Amino acid sequence: MADTPENKPFEPVIIGFTCNWCSYRAADMAGTARMKYAPNVRLTRLMCSGRLDPTFVFKAFAGGADGVLVSGCHPGDCHYINQNYKAMRRFHLMKRVLVQMGIEPGRLKLLWASAAEGAIFAREINKFVEEVRALGPLHWNTNHGSQIADHVLLSVVNGQPSDEMEVKA
Amino acid sequence: MSKPKFAMYWAASCGGCEIAVLNIHEKILDVDANFEVVFWPVAMDAKYKDVEEMEDDSITLCLFNGGMRNDENEHVAKLLRRKSRIMVAFGSCACEGCIPGLGNFSNINQILDTAFTTNSTDNPQNLRPKTSYDVPEGTLTIPTMNPMLKTLDQVVDVDYYMPGCPPESHQIAAVVELVIAALQGTAQLPPKGATIGAGNSTVCDECTRKRNVKQIKEFTRIQFVTPDPEICLLEQGIPCNGIATRSGCNARCPSVGAQCIGCYGPAEGVVDYGARMISAFASVIDSEKPEEIDQILDGLVDPAGQFYRFNLAGSLLRGGRSNGS
Amino acid sequence: MAQRITIDPITRLEGHGKIEIFLDDQGDVANTYFQIPELRGFERFVVGRPVEEMALITNRICGVCPEAHHMAAAKAADAVYKVEVPYTGRLLRELLYMAFFATDHTTHFYALAGPDFIVGPDAPVADRNILGVIHKVGLEIGGKVIQMRKYGHQVVEMIGGRKVHPCTSIPGGLTKGITEEQREEIEKMGRWAIEFAQFSLQAFTDIVLINKTYLDLILGDIYTHKTYYMGMVDENNQVNFYDGKVRVVDPDGKEFIKYSPNEYTQHIAEHVEPWTYLKFPYLKNIGWKGFVDGKDSGVYCATPLSRLNAADGLATPRAQEEYEKMYQTLDGKPVHQRLATHWARLIELLYAAERWVELATDPEITSPDYRAIPTATPTEGVGIVEAPRGTLTHHYWTDERGVVTKANLIVGTTNNYAPITMSIKKAATNLIKKGHVNEGLLNMVEMAFRAYDPCFGCATHALPGQMPLEITLRTPDGEVLDVFKQFVD
Ligand code: SF4
Ligand code: SF4
Ligand code: SF4
Ligand code: FES
Repeated sequence: MADTPENKPFEPVIIGFTCNWCSYRAADMAGTARMKYAPNVRLTRLMCSGRLDPTFVFKAFAGGADGVLVSGCHPGDCHYINQNYKAMRRFHLMKRVLVQMGIEPGRLKLLWASAAEGAIFAREINKFVEEVRALGPLHWNTNHGSQIADHVLLSVVNGQPSDEMEVKA
Repeated sequence: MSKPKFAMYWAASCGGCEIAVLNIHEKILDVDANFEVVFWPVAMDAKYKDVEEMEDDSITLCLFNGGMRNDENEHVAKLLRRKSRIMVAFGSCACEGCIPGLGNFSNINQILDTAFTTNSTDNPQNLRPKTSYDVPEGTLTIPTMNPMLKTLDQVVDVDYYMPGCPPESHQIAAVVELVIAALQGTAQLPPKGATIGAGNSTVCDECTRKRNVKQIKEFTRIQFVTPDPEICLLEQGIPCNGIATRSGCNARCPSVGAQCIGCYGPAEGVVDYGARMISAFASVIDSEKPEEIDQILDGLVDPAGQFYRFNLAGSLLRGGRSNGS
Repeated sequence: MAQRITIDPITRLEGHGKIEIFLDDQGDVANTYFQIPELRGFERFVVGRPVEEMALITNRICGVCPEAHHMAAAKAADAVYKVEVPYTGRLLRELLYMAFFATDHTTHFYALAGPDFIVGPDAPVADRNILGVIHKVGLEIGGKVIQMRKYGHQVVEMIGGRKVHPCTSIPGGLTKGITEEQREEIEKMGRWAIEFAQFSLQAFTDIVLINKTYLDLILGDIYTHKTYYMGMVDENNQVNFYDGKVRVVDPDGKEFIKYSPNEYTQHIAEHVEPWTYLKFPYLKNIGWKGFVDGKDSGVYCATPLSRLNAADGLATPRAQEEYEKMYQTLDGKPVHQRLATHWARLIELLYAAERWVELATDPEITSPDYRAIPTATPTEGVGIVEAPRGTLTHHYWTDERGVVTKANLIVGTTNNYAPITMSIKKAATNLIKKGHVNEGLLNMVEMAFRAYDPCFGCATHALPGQMPLEITLRTPDGEVLDVFKQFVD
């Protein structure tokens, strides 16, 4: 899917994870208000950004995504009090790991958007798509001979994300 | 009736798994009493051709250790799979790639370039090993390295996984006992795909150090602190991997003052070990400010290595990007 | 009638090392090649990792001698941080190391080399194994061998935390010390180990030395090579496995160089051949002259025998006595006969056991002062220990956070890659004449091999000496003329 025949322009595949309460509604609003945003993004709704398991992000890249977007409510506005701070910390750590793996930091984006910010949401997505387009295809699935390639994206998109793990320190 | 047949083999391994098996001491005699050992290079003449001549499925139990670093490793893995009824990925290398799997951060050229240009290497012609090379007397061949080190189940179908680097000897002894009992009909083998010779929880669950669910403001390193002997190392800022690591070793390392480096691999139900570690470490960081979070994370000097030390080849991403591109 | 002989330990497809022998038109040996088929790339993938993890990562190079890599890496990390390990820390590390050495030497003498000598080189193949050894020396001794290995592992576990792949050495010392109860137990086991070592030397005398056939075999030309010898020594030029300077003597036994760990690159270089994944170390100041002996060739050897050749003696009384006896019997230093390496190994076993007790009875060994916290900015450091199979060098460069930026490893067996190749060639040349392959070839080549106790676990993964051989005699177009097998049943 990330294979681009030479004559066609590269269309990045972007997987987005949004929380149910703010950013998904922002996306929804962007849709109903016909604020155009690039069709490259496939959104998956989580109850809260705090439920974003880094596994989803790795699966998305391993399965052929060129970029991954994580979005949630603005800090302080999370419906589950402070779960989005957890998302924030995971995001920072994940990014460091991905960079060590040779994946450009620009392929992973964190976006806070409230339910009312459809326009901002649309604008940021378009920006992200262009940024990833500039980075070019990632080709992870083809280069790593991964058998998980095709069905993974589907399972990420359709699958019920597992309950958030209990972290016992 | 003839005895069930037993085989053990090492691919790209360090030999430590074999030593761990030999360290079950008296239990080795049980293996000998209950099995006919047909192929085990460390203990007996490896009659490779004899293996080829065996009937398919004629080996009852094959313990396979070592990763798939080259075409020879893969060839033997496929052969033994064909000949064996129960194929066990034995040890971290076969299960998840282990330390040699860290090679997957690089590609083969980088690996070879490094090895053949070290500061004591005298290599004016900048030579690299050739899989086929003509010397005056004829042609010499050596195996071809795989672009990436693979786990055993990335090459053949695996029945059971036995983690650890190496698996603890008491766990090996228990597995041997179980298989013998199963063969005698007094016990049942676990379902295919199960992890054997290990627990179902985490190293933290076996660790006797006290946890207070404290959050940390700083990561440190083992050489810079004298840790309190009673308290969880992670809570003292020492990056310990017990949280995501499968139980089975009785929390060996934390019990001697060293952090768990994760050799028992992902805990039950964990798809990607590193991803679980990221979640876990992110949870103990005591900050809600991006700049401060970054500052705290600076104390973790090698997150990818920390989280994929044993599991890179078996992870979702399998390696770094330089590999393959 | 040029022919080619492939000696394939455990056959080619299992990748444990391969010997190719080419014959010339007369059917004599034209050349031999010993190839190592695998590379795991440690020098590459340790880059980016914290230097304190080197002791935990590099021990996975070899499960036969993980303690050696653990120690060399820990010492290199000490050097990177310029931190001095406190006295007790050094004692503990060396104590772990002596227990490991005694265990390792025991395994190799009884299980691997023993069959050649104790059972006899001419004994039926079926008896030439550890069971044959036990049969010859008695069941009680078999039990002792197992006991010795158990004790050694227990000490390694007590101090190192794990039996295989220890985990307690960190820059500046160790993560834990030992209690008085543990010390007592360790001392007791050490005393037992001394007796065991003495007993082993006695068995060697009774069975091997009084037997003229064996002695002739040891002294025979076929296993003789005049090379340089390397080994670590203390300030009195006595053998030391854990710490000191590396000393090299020339084929006449005169000191050629003595260098500190951080000077190794001035003295050692590694030659590359494109037909193998392993490099050939040699003495830089003499240069690589190919696979040849003598004073003008940079080839050196690093084995138990080399260590004794390179030192002026041993620091413990009983081992020193045995050392003197060996050189008396073999007509002075240095000894070039490779098979004497087995004898040297037993003398080292005794030394390790004696030193084990010395360390275990040091009043400071149970002190809590086993580590120092590093304060200097990390830069670069070299750590050297004697592994059972040769001098082991670890060298790391780090950034100011102590993250490795470059590494260089010269592992034990690698030192002996060139001499092993030469020994194989010599044995082959002696045993293959005019196209006629002597039936004893396999055995002789294998004995030449085994004297070095090669462990390509370090280079690949084969356990030392466990290399059943197969020689296939082929015509140039690949037709199989004959197959010789070792250990065929
Ligand atoms: S799992 Fe560990 S002990 Fe086993 S072969 Fe691999 S590195 Fe060695
Ligand atoms: S993090 Fe480490 S020290 Fe803490 S409880 Fe878990 S295993 Fe023990
Ligand atoms: S504590 Fe961790 S690293 Fe140590 S043996 Fe157990 S699983 Fe392996
Ligand atoms: S509910 Fe939106 S981030 Fe938590």
